[in-house]
Amino acid sequence: MQTKKIINDGNRAVDEMLEGILAAHPRHLKSVEGSPRSIIARDGPRQGKVGLVIGGGSGHEPSFLGFVGKGLADAAAIGNVFASPPPDPILECAKAVSGGAGVLFMYGNYAGDVMNFDMAAEMAAMDDIEVRTVLSTDDVASAPRDQRHKRRGVAGNFFIFKAAGAACDRMLSFDECERIAGKANDHTFTMGVALSPCSLPQTRRPNFEIGPDEMEIGMGIHGEPGIAREKLKTADEITDEMLDRILSEMTPTRGDKIAVLVNSLGSTPLMELYIMNRRVKQRLDDIGVSIHATWVGNYCTSLEMAGASITLHQLDGELQTMLDHPCDCAMFRAG
Amino acid sequence: MTAIDTAHLVAMFAAIATAMSADRDRLCALDGVIGDADHGIAMELGFSAARDAVAALDTGATDPASLLNTAAKSFLNAVGASSGPLYATAFMRGAAAIKGKTTLDDSDVVALFQAMAKGIQDRGKAEPGEKTMIDAWAPAAQAAGEALTSGKDLAGSLEAAAQAANAGAEATKSMVATKGRASRLGERSLGHMDPGAASAVTVIEAMRVALTS
Repeated sequence: MQTKKIINDGNRAVDEMLEGILAAHPRHLKSVEGSPRSIIARDGPRQGKVGLVIGGGSGHEPSFLGFVGKGLADAAAIGNVFASPPPDPILECAKAVSGGAGVLFMYGNYAGDVMNFDMAAEMAAMDDIEVRTVLSTDDVASAPRDQRHKRRGVAGNFFIFKAAGAACDRMLSFDECERIAGKANDHTFTMGVALSPCSLPQTRRPNFEIGPDEMEIGMGIHGEPGIAREKLKTADEITDEMLDRILSEMTPTRGDKIAVLVNSLGSTPLMELYIMNRRVKQRLDDIGVSIHATWVGNYCTSLEMAGASITLHQLDGELQTMLDHPCDCAMFRAG
Repeated sequence: MTAIDTAHLVAMFAAIATAMSADRDRLCALDGVIGDADHGIAMELGFSAARDAVAALDTGATDPASLLNTAAKSFLNAVGASSGPLYATAFMRGAAAIKGKTTLDDSDVVALFQAMAKGIQDRGKAEPGEKTMIDAWAPAAQAAGEALTSGKDLAGSLEAAAQAANAGAEATKSMVATKGRASRLGERSLGHMDPGAASAVTVIEAMRVALTS
């Protein structure tokens, strides 16, 4: 049986979505002439500033293009649903945002994205644009701790891109922007849980099977299998299970400051996210960690998947400055 | 001795695109088990784009290498993903292997085929045994070369390639993924055929039929 979706044509879904986004956010976003999958901030790229290009597959909205704007990313390259963009739109983004100080490529660590962004970086080098890459690897469930570099990038992108975007906007050097981006990644930890599958617009078939009373801890934002299939538990139990894994790696000490993101994978409502966030607050209070800021809502989704992720971003003075730096994007504002 | 020209290659891409459309849902289902369920979509999209792009070429004014480069670029730009860079590199390397020729004899086609496999392996940095499409492509390329050396014609060489690809794809069921999206699964990937290896079998079989019938 096919899933229900409000679409016209599954093969046109991404381009029609982009038309709608540009119609909604003309003050923030435009596409590159002749390259409709390259979305640029109207206000942001400028001479002497390190350019920040993010990107990845569609289906994670508001990631990635929702984080394009002044103070955050200068451009996003848009792929098909759950598929990396090809090199051409990435290259067009790099050209459009290059201010002569280098261009940073930031995206989640997936084999396809790495190949396409690397090809685009090689092409940019031929146009005398120096590109460096910082991959996000915040998904605790996707590889053991000693193989952090193999982990996926998921909702923690939000904090990682935010820090890098602030560094770029503050006109820091290419070296500093790259260092801060990498540090933000090292300080960011995410765990997800999925309750029901999503379906691609082209197939409208659930992309995995899960029992009516089951949940999958650690499932990826494309429905990649996680680390454990369990009976559905209470919000507090689920939150504890996710936090236990994050805190075992982050090991904050009393007095540390943390920023929190409780993110819906698509169809899980705010009510459930806030119930989870209540437990996050209790747990962090218990260990004497103070919460500097909290975001709750849809930040990195997986189409209509039900489920949520929790991200903790461990702050120091520098990362707090970057987090508090103002930004004005189509789907996110801060400061 | 077969002589493959640009028109044959146009027909070959049409045949692969048709085969991939027919195989789309099976590939998505395989990918759904250990990946993100979009492999069949990407492969159908890529080969449809390649088919359309090469069909629009003036076959009289296009040599096989130019055709393969056109196919590579159109595949890549339609797809992105993992399969985009992998198959685009395959066709570009294939083009380099037969550069300057207007018709391809048996050994040219086998050289093209082997260059495709090498391109996929280089781009993906995968080795045989890591549960990827290279587990179908690498043995297929080797089998084609050995068959040609032992005196087989193109039909016999590609028949050997198709059989080796099929056996290679079957063998991925008993492999633990260490590359690509499925690698995060570890042992949970056991028992399932790699979707990239499965689609490679479809590509290679469609190439065999189109180039030898």
